[in-house]
Amino acid sequence: MLRVLALAAVVLLGIAPEPSQAISIYTGWERHALVGSDIRLSCSFFSWRFVSDDVSFTWIYRPDGSRETVSIAHYAGGEAYTDNKGRFKDRVEFVGNPKRRDGSILIKNLDFSDNGTFTCDAKNPPDIVGRPSSVRLLVFENLPIQAGVITGAIIGVVLGLLVLIVVIYYLMRFLVARRVFSLSVSKHGKKKKEGSQQRQASFLLLLLILLLPLHCLPPQPPSSPSSPRLPHMHPARNNKCNRLPRCHHQTSFFFLER
Amino acid sequence: MLILLLGIVFLHIAALVLLFVSTIVSVWTTGEMGTSDLWRNCTVDSIGHICNGASTGEWIQVVQALMILSIIFSCLSLFLFFCQLFTLQKGGRFFITGAFQILAGLFVMSGAIIYTVMSPGWVPEKDTFGYSYILAWVAFPLALISGLIYVILRKRE
Repeated sequence: MLRVLALAAVVLLGIAPEPSQAISIYTGWERHALVGSDIRLSCSFFSWRFVSDDVSFTWIYRPDGSRETVSIAHYAGGEAYTDNKGRFKDRVEFVGNPKRRDGSILIKNLDFSDNGTFTCDAKNPPDIVGRPSSVRLLVFENLPIQAGVITGAIIGVVLGLLVLIVVIYYLMRFLVARRVFSLSVSKHGKKKKEGSQQRQASFLLLLLILLLPLHCLPPQPPSSPSSPRLPHMHPARNNKCNRLPRCHHQTSFFFLER
Repeated sequence: MLILLLGIVFLHIAALVLLFVSTIVSVWTTGEMGTSDLWRNCTVDSIGHICNGASTGEWIQVVQALMILSIIFSCLSLFLFFCQLFTLQKGGRFFITGAFQILAGLFVMSGAIIYTVMSPGWVPEKDTFGYSYILAWVAFPLALISGLIYVILRKRE
């Protein structure tokens, strides 16, 4: 039985369809660096075959705004060759480990003229069908704030303030109600019950905060008619918030004032 | 009065849709080199269509945040309107709905103003403002008017 399974696996792998034999190359999408610093551009590949001895990496550079490309690094036959004539002369070093499918290069002493697109092409014979992958290099004088940090911060702060205001509002209403309740109790001289009241109150407060998202608007907490009125954002209501719309409502919902 | 209700909801949804289109499509400036938006700059080179992430300046991120916040507040306002419609007592006013909608309008206004003021810094001189920018400016008075209508509205029955 095991032998049949092994045979089936070998057969399936042997007749693997063409696309699975393509080599996939991965580099970054974009890299930011400071002027004068060094940067390591990574390139790795995935191949269904083992790393052969003829594995080769090629790095090609295209400056920003130009259509011409120039090779700056090449690894083949176990030897690394780097640019010794062009603008990257003595600045490029091959630091990858081809046996581990890594073909990264190190560029030293960056300048503004190094802005451009670096393309990595890897071949792992007989697996040579693949699409080269490009990484864009941007050289800055000072590193800018990453995209989205300020956006996220502003949105977070405003929404946080909103939630805070809502929570404080509920807290104030609850505290007012509680104060009214404890006032009427102390009038009868039952001070011993304050402890259990506080426990009950804190439990109710927690419940209220947890159930906050489920409320459309809060129902009026139980209070005596002489309780102090809160700001008139929520005029007094007797009906609880029910989520079922009353479909039999007549067409007149409101009228414009004056 | 159903017409009034429908009209108000339609106005609100129109402002919301304008906000969405203005933020997502985001053709804020157009020129012969391409379009430059809130989220990315696209240029048409001899090679083809190339889009890069927008310049990671601080102010463009502020504009992004303000547009997103205005969308969030407008959606919240619509949701709260339907909540208040069924729970408000007779004679009550839609204060919270109106407040959220007015806030959304103010956010759009600040976003558009900041973009206008800072745009000479990050777009070339000969580029003109695109339709998303205009939609943002149109959404602002719509949101403001809609919010004001909510504030002066009273619930009957």
